[in-house]
Amino acid sequence: MSTLSTNSSKNLDAGQIITDSPSYWSSVRSNLKNDPVTIAFALILLSLLLSAIFADLLAPLDPYKTNMLKRLKPIGTEGFLLGADELGRDMLTRLIYGGRLSLLMGISPVVAALLIGGLLGLTAGFVGGKVNMSIMRVMDVFYAFPSVLLAIAISGALGAGIFNAIISLTIVFIPPIARVTESVTTQIRALDYVEAARASGAKSLTIIRVHIISNVAGPVFVYSTSLISVSIILSSGLSFLGLGTEPPQPEWGLMLNTLRQSIYVNPWVAALPGVMIFLTSLSFNMMSDGIRSAMDIKL
Amino acid sequence: MSETILEVQKLKKYFPIKGGILNQTTAEVQAVDVIDFVVARGETLGIVGESGCGKSTTARLLMQLIKHDDGEIIFDGYAVGKSGGITTREMRKRMQMVFQDSYSSLNPRLPVESSIAFGPIVHGVNKSAAQKKARDLLIKVGLNPELFSRRYPHELSGGQRQRVNIARALALEPEVLILDEAVSALDKSVEAQVLNLLMDLKAEFKLTFIFISHDLNVVHYISDRVLVMYLGRVVEIGDVSAVYNYPKHPYTRALISAMPSMDPKKRTEAVPLVGDPPNPISPPSGCRFRTRCPFSEDICAIKEPILIHTDLKKRQSSACHMGDPDSGHSRTNLNGLPK
Amino acid sequence: MVAYIIRRILYVIPIALGVSVIIFGLVHIAPGDPLNAVVPPDAPKETVELLIKAYGFDKPLPVQYLIWLGKALEGDFGISYATGRTVSDAIASGVVNTLILAVGGIFIGTIMGCLIGALAGYFQGSWIDKLATGFAIAGVSVPHYWLGLVLVIIFSVELNVLPAMGMGPGGSTSWTWDSEHLKHLILPVITLSVIPIGIITRSVRATIAEILTMEFIQTLEAKGLRKGHIFTHVAKNAAPTVLAVSGLQVGYLLGGSILVETVFSWPGTGFLLNDAIFRRDIPLLQGVILVLAMFFVILNLIVDIAQSVIDPRMNRS
Ligand SMILES: Nc1ncnc2c1ncn2[C@@H]1O[C@H](COP(=O)(O)OP(=O)(O)O)[C@@H](O)[C@H]1O
Ligand SMILES: [Mg+2]
Repeated sequence: MSTLSTNSSKNLDAGQIITDSPSYWSSVRSNLKNDPVTIAFALILLSLLLSAIFADLLAPLDPYKTNMLKRLKPIGTEGFLLGADELGRDMLTRLIYGGRLSLLMGISPVVAALLIGGLLGLTAGFVGGKVNMSIMRVMDVFYAFPSVLLAIAISGALGAGIFNAIISLTIVFIPPIARVTESVTTQIRALDYVEAARASGAKSLTIIRVHIISNVAGPVFVYSTSLISVSIILSSGLSFLGLGTEPPQPEWGLMLNTLRQSIYVNPWVAALPGVMIFLTSLSFNMMSDGIRSAMDIKL
Repeated sequence: MSETILEVQKLKKYFPIKGGILNQTTAEVQAVDVIDFVVARGETLGIVGESGCGKSTTARLLMQLIKHDDGEIIFDGYAVGKSGGITTREMRKRMQMVFQDSYSSLNPRLPVESSIAFGPIVHGVNKSAAQKKARDLLIKVGLNPELFSRRYPHELSGGQRQRVNIARALALEPEVLILDEAVSALDKSVEAQVLNLLMDLKAEFKLTFIFISHDLNVVHYISDRVLVMYLGRVVEIGDVSAVYNYPKHPYTRALISAMPSMDPKKRTEAVPLVGDPPNPISPPSGCRFRTRCPFSEDICAIKEPILIHTDLKKRQSSACHMGDPDSGHSRTNLNGLPK
Repeated sequence: MVAYIIRRILYVIPIALGVSVIIFGLVHIAPGDPLNAVVPPDAPKETVELLIKAYGFDKPLPVQYLIWLGKALEGDFGISYATGRTVSDAIASGVVNTLILAVGGIFIGTIMGCLIGALAGYFQGSWIDKLATGFAIAGVSVPHYWLGLVLVIIFSVELNVLPAMGMGPGGSTSWTWDSEHLKHLILPVITLSVIPIGIITRSVRATIAEILTMEFIQTLEAKGLRKGHIFTHVAKNAAPTVLAVSGLQVGYLLGGSILVETVFSWPGTGFLLNDAIFRRDIPLLQGVILVLAMFFVILNLIVDIAQSVIDPRMNRS
């Protein structure tokens, strides 16, 4: 046919001028490098994490040592940089130690929910049909509760305790993670490269491992980091209601609760644990936003 | 070795449409409505038809990417997925497919080499051998592996990506390659290069092609035989020269008369197609083309014309009452139609 | 669209049933004998037996559920053994007080969110935008129970201009329109409005920015239409999103107010829940949660339907 060129098709295409080919991840890395705000908040988070881990080395005093003479000393008292609480314990020490439980209770539910909800969403999205229906309808039921309400309902029934709080928050975060995973998986499953993989005779598990997870992981991970921010607020909130940790353990939400009684004596010391919760939650949110735009993910 | 590599018998696929209050099945799209055809070893069978007539569905049914409602696929004499036949997995090793959208058919997170090596690894080839094979195939499709093997899909042009897709399809050393609009999204000059590449590869690997396109020029260029689909049915099938020069079905005539770059002397006076095809949810009774056919008569609404024969020996056959002297249509001598 | 609306309404039934199953299940995840969850440990023997009969604790679980559901549907959530009042009485007054806070919070939240979001979207990229975006992200990251506390410290402890606790003078538990009650309302409502301000700001900003880049707006500008006209167009197009987000936020506030009510000792459902948790009063817990969850389910329904009416183009499956 005359309209079709008969040049040798084996000519190499012109694209070969590009010699250095950046992978997706290296472009994400360079995006992040050019985002000082995200880096700043990542550093804040890192220092919060490290100070919680190395609290023994960093904290000036013993978090459980009470001192009736120093009760409710204001910020700036000698030897008590950030004041002392209602039992005369050093606030700075307790804020540093408080990060341990607060971060544990904030992060672990999201990690657990990521595993369970991710698996549910992946299954629902990949298998589709009736399996999808049954999984997602159950998720819808849990979704019908505002998250705080569900957390309080389950925690309230289970009773106080760190473990119970983590369980209830895990249940709270499974449905949203399952939903996001399901919707991303459903989109990807319909793409031609998954069809092509099926056409090459690969088994479902292989396809999920090689083609689905690598494309679902990014958006789901970013979404989950933004949930940690919510989780930090909720878990401290449960402690604030007396449903999380129990005294005398240092935990930001619980500290806020006990110091609340003393706001007329020493108001600003009472506000300190909340600053920590706010800072942590804000850092997770900012970092999640930064990673999201660096990875060019639209949820 | 038999002459026929693929035989399709009474293949049918209806897609349910959900709706209504309980989200129940309210209707069905008759995407592929009982089609028969055979593909000879080593030939290129072109499949043409307007968008939505069921070409892609046919391709996906052949690959068993979707399950057919009815009918049978016989690969090299063996019924696919039947006892005594071959399994879908065995069939897929011998028949591969290239999709239209070069971008979405490559995993964006994998370097192209890994995409190509995936199939062989799945079938038990060890990783380094599969990688070597991927590099060899890149050379075969005209891409220098030194430059391209570690690249990601977004770093390639459309033509380069489609070459990778072809390499990926060839990695399992198939006998049959289904090309579903494989060149349709490319620029004209790139399209020509890729078509020539396909012809070379076909000769080198002794492939059989099922070449799907809505572009009649391209199908003419590459095919030995052509199958014309309309609303989920086969309306005409035969040798390219016969079908293009002496189309028997009014639909084929209309399609060909609408071809843009044909020699003006060859143009028929047949009325070109107007309007869109009817809805495949509720296709017309009898002959599906009758609502757009200039020769439609009462009989066309009552009786469904059948494709007389799909035998390879037959050069051309069509599903039109005008080709059957006993049909009751007033014009039964198709050759006497105004040309 | 009508089919969608009917389907959406019917869909409430399985969801509501599912919600009730979860709430019913709360008694059974509570540690110990479920009976202990509904009967005080020191109850006389006859009462215990009466309750066993009434709750059907001697019957299989599904039957227990049906008995419980039947009662709940009649508004009978049992008797709070802590207060001796019927649970439904306690809930009725609590829900009204919580709604006052939630509606107040969403009112301020929507107005402020639209205002800040519109400014940020209109001056995209400017310092106003950066400030608004920062404020919005802080708004969704702030633990609102702590924010409440900070406001109390500032306005009650330090400045002593607003009351720190309660709904009105003398431990009032019902709303009246007077200056005292309004004064009590200010701090909790501001506290509650922060999250909706953050969320609404974000979505309004995104919507406005997107609409402004759309062709028809640019055509309007090219036609030389005044800014005011363009604003009307933008507002019309942004309305469905704002409506949806605000509507859903009311629901989240119903839940979120629990913690804020605790801070301000506001006599709403949050206060009730707190009580229920503290005394391990499971019937009260169940009743409050059921009512609030049903509110949320209905609200979701209304938002979805309103959106499909306002904006029929939206694609729904
Ligand atoms: N998964 C599906 N669900 C419902 N309808 C479908 C699906 N896939 C294809 N169809 C419908 O089947 C008909 C044939 O589609 P297709 O085979 O893609 O046509 P072609 O490739 O010839 O353009 C169309 O009407 C299309 O809308
Ligand atoms: Mg197609």
